[in-house]
Amino acid sequence: MREKGNNLSRRDFIIRSAGAVGALTILSTPLISVLNRDKALAGEANSQHSDGTAKKRQWCMVIDLKHCDGCVGLDTPPQCTQACIMGHYKPNGMKWIEVFKHPLPGGGSFFMPTPCFHCENAPCVNVCPVGATYHMEDGSVLIDQRRCIGCRFCMAACPYQRRFFNWGTPVQPPEAAFAEYTPETQFPAIKGTVMKCNFCTHVMRAGKLPFCVAACPRKALYMGDLVEDVGSNGAEVVKLSRFLDENNAYRYKESLGTQPRVWFLPGHGELVGRRPDDPRELQPSFWPWGRDEGFDRSVGVWPWKESVPWTWEEKHK
Amino acid sequence: MITRAENYEQRLERTVLTPLSRTGKGYYLFVGFLLVVVAWGVYAFTVQLRYGLLATGMRDQVMWGLYMVNFVFFIGISHAGTLISAILRVTQAGWRTPVTRMAEIITVVAISVGALMPIIDVGRPDRILNLIWFGRFQSPITWDILAISSYLTGSLLYLFLPLIPDFALMRDKLGRGASSLKRKIYSILAVGWKGTPEQHHRLERAIGIMAVTIIPVAISVHTVVSFIFSMTLRPGWDSTVFGIYFVIGAIFSGIATILIVMAIFRKLFHLEEYLTERHFRNLGYLLLVSLLIYLYLTFSEYLTVGYKLPTEEKHLLEILMLGESAPWFWFFAIGGMLIPAALILYRRGPVIPKLVIASILINIGMWLKRFVIVVPSIQVPLMPFEFGSYSPTWVEWSITAAAVAGFVLVFAIFAKLIPLISIWEVAEDAKGHAPEAEIHPARGFAFESERVSE
Repeated sequence: MREKGNNLSRRDFIIRSAGAVGALTILSTPLISVLNRDKALAGEANSQHSDGTAKKRQWCMVIDLKHCDGCVGLDTPPQCTQACIMGHYKPNGMKWIEVFKHPLPGGGSFFMPTPCFHCENAPCVNVCPVGATYHMEDGSVLIDQRRCIGCRFCMAACPYQRRFFNWGTPVQPPEAAFAEYTPETQFPAIKGTVMKCNFCTHVMRAGKLPFCVAACPRKALYMGDLVEDVGSNGAEVVKLSRFLDENNAYRYKESLGTQPRVWFLPGHGELVGRRPDDPRELQPSFWPWGRDEGFDRSVGVWPWKESVPWTWEEKHK
Repeated sequence: MITRAENYEQRLERTVLTPLSRTGKGYYLFVGFLLVVVAWGVYAFTVQLRYGLLATGMRDQVMWGLYMVNFVFFIGISHAGTLISAILRVTQAGWRTPVTRMAEIITVVAISVGALMPIIDVGRPDRILNLIWFGRFQSPITWDILAISSYLTGSLLYLFLPLIPDFALMRDKLGRGASSLKRKIYSILAVGWKGTPEQHHRLERAIGIMAVTIIPVAISVHTVVSFIFSMTLRPGWDSTVFGIYFVIGAIFSGIATILIVMAIFRKLFHLEEYLTERHFRNLGYLLLVSLLIYLYLTFSEYLTVGYKLPTEEKHLLEILMLGESAPWFWFFAIGGMLIPAALILYRRGPVIPKLVIASILINIGMWLKRFVIVVPSIQVPLMPFEFGSYSPTWVEWSITAAAVAGFVLVFAIFAKLIPLISIWEVAEDAKGHAPEAEIHPARGFAFESERVSE
């Protein structure tokens, strides 16, 4: 009782300082994520420049639809899609660059190869809750599958539906399984995470053109660098700005404001001899290591067969 | 006057506390049944963990399904409680007292079940903590986590505070017959409540502060739930009205849930004296008001896109109103809104059965409404695709059934541990009929001091 005043103030002091520490802890939690992200980004930036070139790039792609006939004239599956599947050891059903048959007003059609557009105002990057998908300095949008929690919000947000999910355990050839994972190669693929086209920045660092560009038999795909203002399809080199202007380049769904880094030059394959009313359809792509025939990326059925052929149990029986 | 009040009070205590100490065979059977359903759901979840989300009907086009529907549905139901009881408390609606406790329990249980759904839905539940380690404030999911966890904390507090005097009562009354463990738990939970005027004053203040605080939190919760959809460029989701649309929908289905729960426990626990037709009728009016606002918002939502008909929205409206989702959409519109409105408005016949039927219809309708919000929007192709298709697998249905069963189960357990009617507040109200006890802060302790001196 005699130290009542003293006690009270000490108690008050302890309560208040505890309150202050608590408030500081709560208020500083955002910092954890900020600090972590800086660390992660620092790692990426170092790897970006580890090849010794200090040169900044701004990758982009130009797709000349005048040259694209969806490979129906060659009687093969679309070679861009196929090269991408083979080069990235892609799990079954994924078409990071997919050729769509797009209708024309007179009843005809044109073929439209569609990679990820690597938007500058990318809806997928905006909504990712953990920063697993992010912009690189060179303009590409990558996914870190080691961080992705698989909420698929980015898939809901992408207005071009260019993202794919590893619904089950992904099937890949042994080459992929033994590789060291990086967000650029994305293999070995990880169950329960999202994948997509990465502009083949790892291939370009080795001085080569992306798989799809190199494989296009019609030379319809151009990889470009907005900083140096050049683009190339492997056969010719163009001055990008003039090339886009002269060929009336457009971007798909420009009005959405996503600012894609992929331009299209309008056409229907006329320069490779395809008429707009050509009835031939695309040949189906194939995944040589995909043992899961019956797996459909648009319709979910479970179980769609009596057994699931590639599950862990099956392998270890 | 005092003897009448005391009789009333004793009867109240007996009626409300009896179910806590006496448990019939039916209860155990029912809980056992619920446990089986939940266990089956857990088994389905292990299947999903083993094979991945492959075990669901979701695929690259329709990438969200039943789990997301359940998430929105349960978070919606959670608005029943705390928001409504807080609004009624703030507006000093005198009839609210026997209703608030149940409403608050619904909130706590529904929000817990709802918050589990996204964790079940993600492809990597093992990495769920990444949301904290690497959380980005730009993502609506992070807003959701903040809002929902604040709401859960807030509504737990808001449930607990008015419970303190009742815990003290149970410590004193129930303790004699019950086990010492039970008595110990109740006396811990009663946090030394003696019913002094000072304590009463503080409790009233704390409840008042919580009631005011919880309202903006509750509104923020369903607003940011809607932002998960409206921050995307999808047809049907890309809408500015979604925030308020979801909030009203949540209040709508929440009130319907309270009505169902009230009717069930009125019958089971013989609470006819406290949950009178007047309570049902008043809640029925609130239900009607939220129904009309929801109807209005639905109308303006679909009229504004249907009038302009952008291509993708046109596809969506075709699926919704004429296509494969049409049965669900029209069930929601007619069975979930028009028929319930007619039932509430129709004056003849017994009030309670009418309202319960309306509420059940509304809850089915609102679940379907969430389904037609989530699924058809992502069925619409944004590229020259075929339309996406989705039919939930047994895994998803099992987990959905387990979620509903889990909700009922936790509620049933709560009903055996805490009084479903706030005894002290109802007793206080009964005293409050005496004109001299009308002064607000004095009301509590005038009654309590009498009780203590007894």
